[in-house]
Amino acid sequence: MLRFLGYRLLQAFPVMLIIITGTFFMQRYVPGGPFTAEKAVTPEVLRNLNAYYHLDDPLWKQYRDYLWDLCPKAFHPEALARGLDLKQAFGIDFRPSFKYPNRTVNEIIADKLPVSLELGFYSLLFALVVGLPLGVLAAVRRNTWIDYLCSSVAMTGICVPTFVLGPLLVLLFAIHIGWFNASGWYAPIDRVLPSLTLGSVYAAYIARLARGGLLEVLSQDFIRTARAKGASEARVIFRHALRGGLLPVVSFLGPAIAGILTGSFVIETIFQIPGLGREFVNSAFNRDYTLVLGTVILYAAMIVGMNLVVDVVQVWLNPKLKFE
Amino acid sequence: MPRSWLPTVTLSAVLGFACGCARQDGAASGPAGGRQEKVLRVGNGAEPQDLDPGAVTGVPELNILDSLFEGLVAADPHDLHPIPGLAESWDVSPDLLVYTFHLRANLHWSNGDPITAEDFVETYKRTLTPIFSSQISYLLWSVVGAEDYNRGALSDFSKVGFRATDDRTLRVTLRRRTPYLLKILATDYVWDPLPIRVLARYGPLDRKDTGWTKAGRLVSSGPFLLKEWAPDQKVVVVRNPLYWDAAHVKLDAIEFYPVVETATEERMFRTGQLDVTQQLPVSKIEVYRQEHPDELRVDPYLGVYFYRCNVTRPPLNDVRVRRALALAIDREKLVQDVVKGGEEPAYAVSYPNDAGYTPAARLSGGVAEAQRLLAEAGYPGGKGLPTIELHYNTFKEHQDIAEAIQAMWLKNLGVRITLRNEDWKVYLDSQHTHNYQLSRSGWIADYLDPHVFLEIWETGNGNNDTLWSNPEYDRLLHSALDADTEEGRYAIYQKLDAILVQECPVLPVYYYTSFYLKSPRVRGWWPTLLNIHPWKFVDLDNN
Repeated sequence: MLRFLGYRLLQAFPVMLIIITGTFFMQRYVPGGPFTAEKAVTPEVLRNLNAYYHLDDPLWKQYRDYLWDLCPKAFHPEALARGLDLKQAFGIDFRPSFKYPNRTVNEIIADKLPVSLELGFYSLLFALVVGLPLGVLAAVRRNTWIDYLCSSVAMTGICVPTFVLGPLLVLLFAIHIGWFNASGWYAPIDRVLPSLTLGSVYAAYIARLARGGLLEVLSQDFIRTARAKGASEARVIFRHALRGGLLPVVSFLGPAIAGILTGSFVIETIFQIPGLGREFVNSAFNRDYTLVLGTVILYAAMIVGMNLVVDVVQVWLNPKLKFE
Repeated sequence: MPRSWLPTVTLSAVLGFACGCARQDGAASGPAGGRQEKVLRVGNGAEPQDLDPGAVTGVPELNILDSLFEGLVAADPHDLHPIPGLAESWDVSPDLLVYTFHLRANLHWSNGDPITAEDFVETYKRTLTPIFSSQISYLLWSVVGAEDYNRGALSDFSKVGFRATDDRTLRVTLRRRTPYLLKILATDYVWDPLPIRVLARYGPLDRKDTGWTKAGRLVSSGPFLLKEWAPDQKVVVVRNPLYWDAAHVKLDAIEFYPVVETATEERMFRTGQLDVTQQLPVSKIEVYRQEHPDELRVDPYLGVYFYRCNVTRPPLNDVRVRRALALAIDREKLVQDVVKGGEEPAYAVSYPNDAGYTPAARLSGGVAEAQRLLAEAGYPGGKGLPTIELHYNTFKEHQDIAEAIQAMWLKNLGVRITLRNEDWKVYLDSQHTHNYQLSRSGWIADYLDPHVFLEIWETGNGNNDTLWSNPEYDRLLHSALDADTEEGRYAIYQKLDAILVQECPVLPVYYYTSFYLKSPRVRGWWPTLLNIHPWKFVDLDNN
């Protein structure tokens, strides 16, 4: 197990380096730059701006300096308790943002990542709490009206895009019934509608995957054996079938978590949530080179990490797999 | 059904949580000295990049800075004409080149320090410092030596025409007459003084990343002071008790909400989270006009929407082709059926009724004249005309307009054009590098004077981008500044507008409006051409 983990972590380094290098150089070849504005800046101002941000250095030198700034140079994990600043904790410096001259990318991430994580956590919780029972119920009562109802609900959840569902929920619960604010992230209650919206699609997928996975397991011999031994239906489902039946859901969770975190752009815009998803997308539009790199690195690290966790959980759930 | 209760319980738990919580009421509440607090909540477009007046350029920043900082001159809330601000009076020399401003007695920064004339001079020095690379420092360039210092050609700031002759007197010497100087001062924050001693506490003055603009650090001179800045959530400013005119400030606080999505903004207005929005989706204008006309505002906005021609590329290097295209746009139909925001069709470049100026020149002759010009250029009925590509930034409204005009040109002239849309920065890059034939553009005024729409067509102006050049135009533009009276100056502007209509380096399409929602509770708010509403005059009726 430890060898497996170590090996996978070693693999992660070249992956991250390729991602950083690709992002660093690709964005430099996109037309327009951080200072391209509707009202033209004079050549002198542009030269000074480039000098101020060291964009006038040769590209290889900028790349080398940036990589050096990224290298961890300290180890004070206790600083994380005060805030998510990777510079304080590990000496990783993502540099100042171009768009927001007064803020560093470290500060932006420290401010906004927790919001995205919170939103992602509630959404995933909602997706699991709603999706799993729907899927299990549909599988257990296969081809009855309950199954059809659950499957229809799940299908609807998959088909309705978040940018339709979000405003619809706001219209109903905020404007007509008046329980919530239309948008914002100020009070705990403001978490409800965005989490429902973001979670619903994933709930639908989870329900379908759980149903499919469980049905497959329920048709296998060891389940018949369990029933023949006189195990109660509840014991058959929860003790024997569920563990194997949930495998597809677990495989899905890795990409789903990554998707929830990186895909919160639409939700964050509709509901005016100060999360990192918006920065991830808008930084590219703004040519905010350092913020693009900072968010890409962060999300890439998360996706790599999530996939590793999923692999471990899968081995734990499925005795046929081994760490190798 | 042994386990069918599970989803039901989950759903009701979520909904129960929803019902159980009281709705957060954004409305102002709580007594303040025995009365209800007046907190105005304003939709403010994008998240402010920064609150350093030397380092920012956008409208969201302008709105907030307007509450925090005041300059020598302030703006009248009805029509933005210059009124005394931190300066109680000013003298202008007979040759109109030297302005002497007399500051009020007992002016204080919000931290209690006195505001002196030296603060102004130090602020201008900082803004003009080359490495600070301010993108709006050009608004100071009418002062002697300012441009040279800013460009690095002059290193001795004492040679620049700013002088604090004593604590309360600031003398500004211009390099040439600038008849609209006070108008710039009234509405633009780049002339506002900064608390230089406070700035220096947080780092070198020529750095943008010292963090002096964070809440708790920023010290201001205007009617409000910064209380809270939660990025992408809100910026809160509260009454500044040390402001010279604090007794006349009506609001206790203003909350600026950065809401980019106009539909979100409209929903926030409906649930009472906002008192004023920045914008309104065009599709909602008619709904509000029918159902809540008291909440809808459609005000003229000092900007013009036009198509920019690259006059070096055929066939648009032929003035007859440009004029033909300009004449063959049915602007009335376009604003009524496509743009639909109450805009006025534009038959000239300058904005009508701008500080008493309305362009007399007008694109006239209609489709018949357009067809004649095109035939004269050698393309009767559009035959033989090389394909023209129209370039715009990716945005639904621009695409609708482009498609409508594409159809009009095909129908009226037999001219076929293709459309190319690009991401905002790519589009700007193509425009600034003249890598286009015909490009959607617009120009929004910085200050209230016709000069603002005419100066950009000067040869070599960084915002011209058409490569159009006319020596007579340049000469007239310069001579206008030397005119002794405003009538004389405006008469020259009429000639400039006539040249633009004749030569069509740009094809004007419509004059902007700003449309937004405003609660009837908001008082002291008049339609102004720059959509600036001096905050100290704004009031909120809590009854």
